[in-house]
Amino acid sequence: MTIEVRNLVKTFGSFKALDGVDLKVDSGELVALLGPSGSGKTTLLRIVAGLDWPDAGEVLINGEDALAQGARERHVGFVFQHYALFRHMTVFENVAFGLRVQPRVVRKDEAAIRARVKELLDLVQLDWLSDRYPSQLSGGQRQRIALARALAIEPRILLLDEPFGALDAKVRKELRKWLRSLHHEINVTSIFVTHDQEEALEVANRVVVMDKGRIEQIGSPDDVYESPASAFVHGFIGESIELPVRVEGGVIRLGGRPLALAADGLAPGASRLFVRRHDMLVGPPGSGAFEGIVHHVRNFGPVQRAEVALSDGKTIEIDAPRDKELRAGDTIGLEPRRYRIFAG
Amino acid sequence: MAMQIADSVSLSVSDAKARAAAARDNLRTEPRAVRIVIIALAVTFLTVFVVLPLVVVFAHAFSKGILAYLAALAEPEALAAIRLTLLVAAISVGLNLVFGLVAAWAIAKFDFPGKTFLITLIDLPFSVSPVISGLVFVLLFGAQGYFGGWLRDHDIQILFAVPGIALATTFVTFPFVARALIPLMQEQGTQEEEAAISLGASGLQTFFRVTLPNIKWGVLYGVLLCNARAMGEFGAVSVVSGHIRGETNTMPLLVEILYNEYHFVAAFAIASLLAMLALITLIAKTVLERHLDEGYAGDH
Amino acid sequence: MSAIAARRRTLPGFGLTMGLTLSWLSVMILIPLAGLFLKSLELSPEQFWNILSSRRTLNALRVSFGLAFAAACINLVMGSIIVWALVRYRFPGRRLFDAIVDVPFALPTAVAGVALTALFAEKGWLGAPLAALGIKVAFTPVGIFVAMIFIGIPFVVRTVQPVLQDLDPEIEEAAGSLGANRWQTITRVILPSLAPALLTGLALAFARAVGEYGSVIFIAGNLPNVSEIAPLLIVIRLSEFRYADATAIAVVMLVVSFVVILAVNRLQRWAQSRVPAR
Repeated sequence: MTIEVRNLVKTFGSFKALDGVDLKVDSGELVALLGPSGSGKTTLLRIVAGLDWPDAGEVLINGEDALAQGARERHVGFVFQHYALFRHMTVFENVAFGLRVQPRVVRKDEAAIRARVKELLDLVQLDWLSDRYPSQLSGGQRQRIALARALAIEPRILLLDEPFGALDAKVRKELRKWLRSLHHEINVTSIFVTHDQEEALEVANRVVVMDKGRIEQIGSPDDVYESPASAFVHGFIGESIELPVRVEGGVIRLGGRPLALAADGLAPGASRLFVRRHDMLVGPPGSGAFEGIVHHVRNFGPVQRAEVALSDGKTIEIDAPRDKELRAGDTIGLEPRRYRIFAG
Repeated sequence: MAMQIADSVSLSVSDAKARAAAARDNLRTEPRAVRIVIIALAVTFLTVFVVLPLVVVFAHAFSKGILAYLAALAEPEALAAIRLTLLVAAISVGLNLVFGLVAAWAIAKFDFPGKTFLITLIDLPFSVSPVISGLVFVLLFGAQGYFGGWLRDHDIQILFAVPGIALATTFVTFPFVARALIPLMQEQGTQEEEAAISLGASGLQTFFRVTLPNIKWGVLYGVLLCNARAMGEFGAVSVVSGHIRGETNTMPLLVEILYNEYHFVAAFAIASLLAMLALITLIAKTVLERHLDEGYAGDH
Repeated sequence: MSAIAARRRTLPGFGLTMGLTLSWLSVMILIPLAGLFLKSLELSPEQFWNILSSRRTLNALRVSFGLAFAAACINLVMGSIIVWALVRYRFPGRRLFDAIVDVPFALPTAVAGVALTALFAEKGWLGAPLAALGIKVAFTPVGIFVAMIFIGIPFVVRTVQPVLQDLDPEIEEAAGSLGANRWQTITRVILPSLAPALLTGLALAFARAVGEYGSVIFIAGNLPNVSEIAPLLIVIRLSEFRYADATAIAVVMLVVSFVVILAVNRLQRWAQSRVPAR
């Protein structure tokens, strides 16, 4: 099953939730929609599911016009952020719901329904909870039941809205791995929404980075991390140092001072320079493109994080290996191993 | 020596704790004397204005003994009034239940402009004097009313008959069910319904299998209050009933008639039934409110 | 594209339920009320004025509005005291007293009327001792006042109670830690926080008392110009087939009720605007 959206537009009052979004998801992919809150990712997901309707654009599921169908006919599995389990039904009845409301002609008999629900509860490893009510479950268990319920209707595609958003850090990490292996097992074309970059990079085959109702970049987790396509993506994914610079006559200037960095192919004008914290290499004074005074050093797991005041007054944070000796008051040179410059 | 020090230390620690607790209490409460005066005022006021009137009803009803009480209730007129009251309440509660469910679905599950205004309109009957609630139907269906001539020509009796009483009662109890359900359903949101639809349920399946079970306590709550008011309504019904003995007298109207005719035991006997209805309603309401709190808390 | 043009809603039934709601609301509530206003338009302004300025009408309106306001004020004070006792203190029977606050809501007005009359009549349990003091309650304006207090109690208590319950204890502790004494904390911190709810309760109790009929007419004495309330005058005019008079008085009372609703809506918006964002 493929999913394709074309030029999708959706406004809520004066707020543009989606501003011309195009996306194609191939069969069997597990795609993450990643972006800050208000970037339009949940709206996009809900439109694909038929829970919201766009102002303009197209949605194709397996090549068919999905907008001609309501949510009920689309056969889409949707896992809600807060699970939306039916609170007055047991876990078993929650999972069975989609099977029980089928039209009589296609509805399975009771035994078949029971067998299918059991199979799904086994799949999410929660068979032993079938008689409990949602209020008696932990967050992670609810999440898995919500997934089992969505899978019960044998959905053509699976959509998950912030699947781990309401869980604590430890459970999140466990469920991430579990979701990836489950996807491997059932191989349903899936899209999930998240605002957590780590989650997107760890779980998805492809990541769609969104901001302000637009898609900023689509690519593999490596792509979006290693070669961000825009200033927004660079700033949003991974920890970055951002410096306002000007490109003039083939020279990059920071606060008027030229930097010893290549400016080939850059458009002249105000720009922003991005460097990953760990890509700033520390050297003796005068050795790199920047010079600064170390203000403060703190050990931070495998690295030490130093606050450095650059000579033009701007303070940045860099991550240096622990074996590099850094002390407050040192004057150091800094050379960006890799950097990107975006206009604007 | 060492022990002495330890003692005095622990003493001063517990002292400090007590003082801290007292200080915290001081910040949030009043001196004992003030507390007693406030409680005494509240209790006295409620006793005089609420408890005593209730007690008086039963005292007068049984003042001539239980036999006189039962005899008063067995009067044909009393039985007719009880029957009429039950009938009218059943009609009004039924109509308002269906309306309440329909209106709450439209208002709580969808967004549209003017929602607050619509809720205000539904609330209107709460702020209309009962007498005026009756008057509007007299103006519509009375002999000089807008539809009076047409009704007379077609020999349809609304005023001074059961339809008029049911109409006036439905008017005054109009908001009860809707008002019990709208905030509850708004609080519960639309996620479960959306989940049901995306799992392939139809609109009716969604309503009966997902929405209704979630709001059942709210429905009961609305019906309970609606019923209490419907059975007890006096002013509106008094205006439209015509006071035809044995025919258009509801229980509250019969209380008035018997009272004005100095049949005090009979008047208070009927009144005691209505008072019991009120008490049962209150008890049931308290129980339901506990269930409703759970419904509101949800399990997000 | 046509599907988009329809701007479909996710959940079904909006058109149907909204249509039914508006139709039934119109038939049951709006058309009857509109009929009342339409009827009043049949009167010339002069006729309208003559009805309202007649001595008996003026006195009835004065009795209804004046005593309703006085009763609402008593309810405001006593209601606040009751709420304070119920929310802040623990005493035997607290839950019972909490529950019986709703009795005036639930007790049919005719029952309340005969009960209050029996209680405050000259030979009644409370009427007798009061009569010995020279205070006559039943069949005087004081009786109307008493009945209006009775029916207004729950309005103040039930609007203020949840607000006091939800009041963050930290604001009192903050006031105390800043050096305020208890009286200053109550008057400068707590009462202002409760103000919208108190005013809402006052308005609701007033509106209810103005229109009240059943619990008042038994104890009132119903002497024209002295202890005759406006709703009773409407009933009397109706029984005399003086529909124009009844309509004119009803319109005045309705307009006042609508003004009160508007005021309450404003108050509630005010109260909401003061809830800090979480």
